[in-house]
Amino acid sequence: MKRVKTLLLLLLALPFAAVASEADVHLDKAPVNLSDHESLQRGARVFVNFCLNCHGATSMRYSRLQDIGLTEDQIKDNLLFAAEKPGELMKVAMTKAEGKLWLGAAPPDLSVIARSRSADWLYTYLRGFYLDPSRPTGWNNTVFDKVGMPQVLWSLQGEMAPVYKQEGEHQVIERLELVKPGSVTLAEYDAMVGDLVNYLVWMGEPAQVQRKQIGLIVLGFLAVFFVVAYYLKKEFWKDIH
Amino acid sequence: MSAMQKLMGWIDDRLPLTATYKAHLSEYYAPKNFNFWYFFGSLALLVLVIQIVTGIFLTMNYKPDSELAFASVEYIMRDVEWGWLIRYMHSTGASMFFVVVYLHMFRGLMYGSYRKPRELIWIFGVLIYLMLMAEAFLGYLLPWGQMSFWGAQVIVNLFAAVPVIGEDLSIWIRGDYVISDATLNRFFAFHVIALPLVLIALVVVHLIALHEVGSNNPDGIEIKKKKDPNTGIPLDGIPFHPYYTVKDIVGVIVFLMVFTAIVFFAPTMGGYFLEANNFIPADPLKTPPHIAPLWYFTPFYAILRAVPPMFGSQFPGVVAMGLSIVLLFFLPWLDRSKVKSIRYRGPIYKIALALFIVSFVGLGYLGLLPATPIATIFAQVFSVIYFLFFLLMPWYTSIDKTKPEPERVTG
Repeated sequence: MKRVKTLLLLLLALPFAAVASEADVHLDKAPVNLSDHESLQRGARVFVNFCLNCHGATSMRYSRLQDIGLTEDQIKDNLLFAAEKPGELMKVAMTKAEGKLWLGAAPPDLSVIARSRSADWLYTYLRGFYLDPSRPTGWNNTVFDKVGMPQVLWSLQGEMAPVYKQEGEHQVIERLELVKPGSVTLAEYDAMVGDLVNYLVWMGEPAQVQRKQIGLIVLGFLAVFFVVAYYLKKEFWKDIH
Repeated sequence: MSAMQKLMGWIDDRLPLTATYKAHLSEYYAPKNFNFWYFFGSLALLVLVIQIVTGIFLTMNYKPDSELAFASVEYIMRDVEWGWLIRYMHSTGASMFFVVVYLHMFRGLMYGSYRKPRELIWIFGVLIYLMLMAEAFLGYLLPWGQMSFWGAQVIVNLFAAVPVIGEDLSIWIRGDYVISDATLNRFFAFHVIALPLVLIALVVVHLIALHEVGSNNPDGIEIKKKKDPNTGIPLDGIPFHPYYTVKDIVGVIVFLMVFTAIVFFAPTMGGYFLEANNFIPADPLKTPPHIAPLWYFTPFYAILRAVPPMFGSQFPGVVAMGLSIVLLFFLPWLDRSKVKSIRYRGPIYKIALALFIVSFVGLGYLGLLPATPIATIFAQVFSVIYFLFFLLMPWYTSIDKTKPEPERVTG
């Protein structure tokens, strides 16, 4: 009995073993809504204008943007900077080796970035750049320390500087402060990043909306099939005692 | 005689079709008291079929090439018609295979299905389980993500811990000094043809052995001991078809509801079925901060890490991990109880089994976490319980107070 008690006590402590191992970086909640086609389209425009210069999305075809309500002509006229035909993949001219040479690390492909990094992480990261003269690019990031990428959206967001607070022996960043305004307000910038993250989530798996719709039909069918099968079994088994 | 009967007669003269149908379905007498736990055998067979069929379709578009593999999986997810469905069925099927197999094995532990005369069924079952682990491990390299690469790296390095021949052994397995294109190609070959063939053969033998001795049941008594004197049919037996075929259809539908709910609404299962880090292409130069195997391997991974290195070698941990599976083979002879089913066993076995399950699940949980000092202590306690369950079994099952078994099966 004593051993059982000890074991139960140990089991109670088990969840703490888990909690102790998790790093606590605060992430802001990303406003993801895949049924908002206008948001996805705005996000696609930001993606093509800003991200798709260095980062490819080499699993993604431009023509797939028809799924979020764009016509083939709209894609051709507004979004095809780096490609000739809508059927092409979202590639960039910069090779991996060039990226490594110019930026220190090759910019990762963004096709499934929202699947390896969460939407919340991306949303916080893209709003987490701040001035740091000790970095070669002059930029650092609150969730990705010593990141290689500079703030490419600085002309929009403006320049952010960290406000520190004392925590024990360390100085930690409490929040970021706007020191030089950009072309849009911070609220507008947050909304724009929200659209971009929404788009990245959609691009991570373009079939996901359709997947859930089909799932409902499949489950509905199985529910009906279950009733039939259940009564069939009952009928066969009524003489077994 | 109708044309159909004529045709059947013609075939039966040349192939024992009707006889086989009778022996394995319409005149295979299964105990009538199967409960919930008896669904998982047929479900394991269903998942095997799902894996083989979806696997064949994946192979049509997958490229076993370290330069192309990752992108070809995304190609399947985006450009292949219904490719996302096929891929998610296969990835969900891998995890659900282990879910049903673990429940199937637990059923065996509860009702003593491994006991005489079913020792060979159990041994073939453990072999199937081993093959399944190998199959899952090999298949996990194929998407060529970070976890594919580093998971394979960790596991193949276990072989390098073997004294004297270890280093050469691991190079022989990889076909290279590191996990590389050569490794991917051979893993692909083993995953899509070699192991599936072995797996199917083992499943066939498992079933033949089962149908030779007949199924166990929740009471753990032999229904063949009480037969109808006129027909020779066990009094508590009912033909598998139609009774258990119609019953298993119900089980299959309930299982498919769970399965499709995962496939369509949560294919990654919060990172347990598809890990987030595996959506990053394999990078031999960037070790992920935390490498965790998929959930179905974590109990054994936790045992591996629980054993401290001795003489500067990880080998003792590898041996412990190997032993934890090898012990399963000896179960039929370790158990000395007079009864098979937990229904008629005494309190000692019930507590032992409960502790074993808690330890196994606990190890599985700990195997997911980084090895902190406190987690390691837990893993060591659970590992000791895991081994004692087997090693002390001859002793505690023989002193356990059992209840008398009934003459006939109960409800």
